[in-house]
Amino acid sequence: MLRLPRYIIYDILRNKIILAYTLLLFLISTGLFQLEENNDKALLGLLSVVLIVVPLVSLIFTTIHYYNSYEFMELLLSQPQSRWSILLSEYSGVAVSLLVAYGTGVGLPLLIYSPGPTGFYLLLAGLLLSLIFCSLAFLIAVLSRDKAKGIGIALLLWFYFALIYDGVLLLLLFSLSDYPLEKLTFLFSALNPIDLGRIFVMLKMDIGALMGYTGAVYKNFLGKETGILFTCLVNLVWVIVPLLLAKKIFNKKDM
Amino acid sequence: MSRLIFFFWLLPAGLAAKVTDLYPHEDSTSIHNHFKEARDGDTLRFNEGVYYIHSLVVTKPLVILGRGNCILDGSGKYEILTISARAGTVQGLTLRNSGYSSMNDFAALKVIDAANLLITDNSILDSYFAIHLSNASRCTIRNNTIEGKAISEQLNGNAIHAWKSHHLIIENNTVSRHRDGIYLEFVTHSRITGNHSHLQMRYGLHFMFSNDDVYTRNIFEENGAGVAVMYSKRVTMKENLFRNNWGPSAYGLLLKDISDSEITQNRFEENTRAIHMEGTSRIQLRQNLFKDNGWGVAIQASCNENSFSNNNFINNSFDVSTNGQVILNVFEHNYWDEYEGYDLNKDGTGDIPYHPLSLFGLLIEQNPSMLILVKSFMMQLFERMEKAIPSLTPEHFVDLQPLMKPFTP
Repeated sequence: MLRLPRYIIYDILRNKIILAYTLLLFLISTGLFQLEENNDKALLGLLSVVLIVVPLVSLIFTTIHYYNSYEFMELLLSQPQSRWSILLSEYSGVAVSLLVAYGTGVGLPLLIYSPGPTGFYLLLAGLLLSLIFCSLAFLIAVLSRDKAKGIGIALLLWFYFALIYDGVLLLLLFSLSDYPLEKLTFLFSALNPIDLGRIFVMLKMDIGALMGYTGAVYKNFLGKETGILFTCLVNLVWVIVPLLLAKKIFNKKDM
Repeated sequence: MSRLIFFFWLLPAGLAAKVTDLYPHEDSTSIHNHFKEARDGDTLRFNEGVYYIHSLVVTKPLVILGRGNCILDGSGKYEILTISARAGTVQGLTLRNSGYSSMNDFAALKVIDAANLLITDNSILDSYFAIHLSNASRCTIRNNTIEGKAISEQLNGNAIHAWKSHHLIIENNTVSRHRDGIYLEFVTHSRITGNHSHLQMRYGLHFMFSNDDVYTRNIFEENGAGVAVMYSKRVTMKENLFRNNWGPSAYGLLLKDISDSEITQNRFEENTRAIHMEGTSRIQLRQNLFKDNGWGVAIQASCNENSFSNNNFINNSFDVSTNGQVILNVFEHNYWDEYEGYDLNKDGTGDIPYHPLSLFGLLIEQNPSMLILVKSFMMQLFERMEKAIPSLTPEHFVDLQPLMKPFTP
């Protein structure tokens, strides 16, 4: 059962991209901690980088990997293997290597320079983001047979979550500014894993105190254990739902 | 001058002054009698021990001393000591457990219609109001330690409360866990120096309608909302430290409807809002340090003719914010750590103007729900664009000659 994911991990490690990604994350993290004397500021910088780089790399890498191992999957399909187990093996292979890359690239510097709750939250947020965007990429990849189209959609999706969503949210908050939006913004943040991760870590940095009533509402909810639970649950939904959708499509798909 | 008058005035009495020793085993009636029988200028000395005593009223100039660890306990029901005299001293006592009343301002030590009092080296613990002065003049409150119970704003009084007084000196006191640390209402020509006010439920120091006062070298830490100066004129604030007033509604210094005042060489560190100004005019802010605050200065559109010069803004989330388009205040020669300009002629001031307003700060001010977008990628892009070409933030909110290096006197 575990043999297949193992082969896939070996395969990923052989092409060195994931090693380069680990190194990049490691250099950025150590660089930030070295340059910035104030640990909180370094964490803030690292957060910005993680929120942009991790989803992007996870999306693109997973999509490309899926298309490149298309023939391998076709070969596997000729064997007595269920489609679900093949997809799951592919997913776990890619996800584990992304998690390990992030865990060493960012986790190690965090452990050395800033071992504490904020660092832990940042690590957790990044790990969850890797998983989420990996499963989103699988969904995109099974949807389209064409590689260029798949990668294009993946990039668009990244644009959507990193930029466009926030822009739309900005407009929405402006046009609805007469209404009490504190509770509603939870919903908004839950609809974008990048936003959720950002707020989750920011609150731990006590920036919530800056923002008056809204900040207090946030802190009361997200800053506590229930908040961690909420974030993890929402993120798990973001991991599982796209993966299940991908399974459904993959099962019926004419390869 | 006041001390001198006091001295001469006591001189004839002092010649015949008597020292009466009081002991904890005496019952309360006998102690009350001692106070009744005492003559002007006499000394009453409490010896070590606990006295369960209340409502002592002093109407003549007496010196009241505590020897060793002597504790006057109000049993949680009554006022302990009330002074209404033209002179006097209260020194070395510990007053505790004075009563609470929602009708009256019960205080451990109450001063009514008095003058020339010296209240020094006392501790006042677990009281509703600790020291309460009304219509008092030329009193000195020095080296006292006051600690309250910090239950809630309603159930706590002020540590040092002064109403309709003048020429007070309040110095080197440590006050904590009350509603307001020091509260002044209609108090003029007074000096507040070297106090440490922390962990109050509301303000560390609170001015209402109090003109011509000076406060210097005080430390205000971890209060509900720092210091509030309201409806006052000609107040000088110098060399104070405002630190760690942190929370959803906390300020370092709240200025509301005050004018012609001076704020110099203060340090503001780690406050949610270092200064919040509303309806203030003609205030000089010079050589202050704003460091690690959420907001440096929140200056509302109702403020005019205030001038900011030689201040250092370092590592604040937002240096300044405002809620209008009209700018009637002047910023010049301040140091902003986010300034990216250059100085070709090497005169120490940058050659291009600096716009300290941040777009996100402005948005948050108008719509707090924007918090959800803090530090998002999109917001950071917008911020960059706005700094390059200000379009949404007021163009006139500008420091034309920003300093290249932090100001050092």
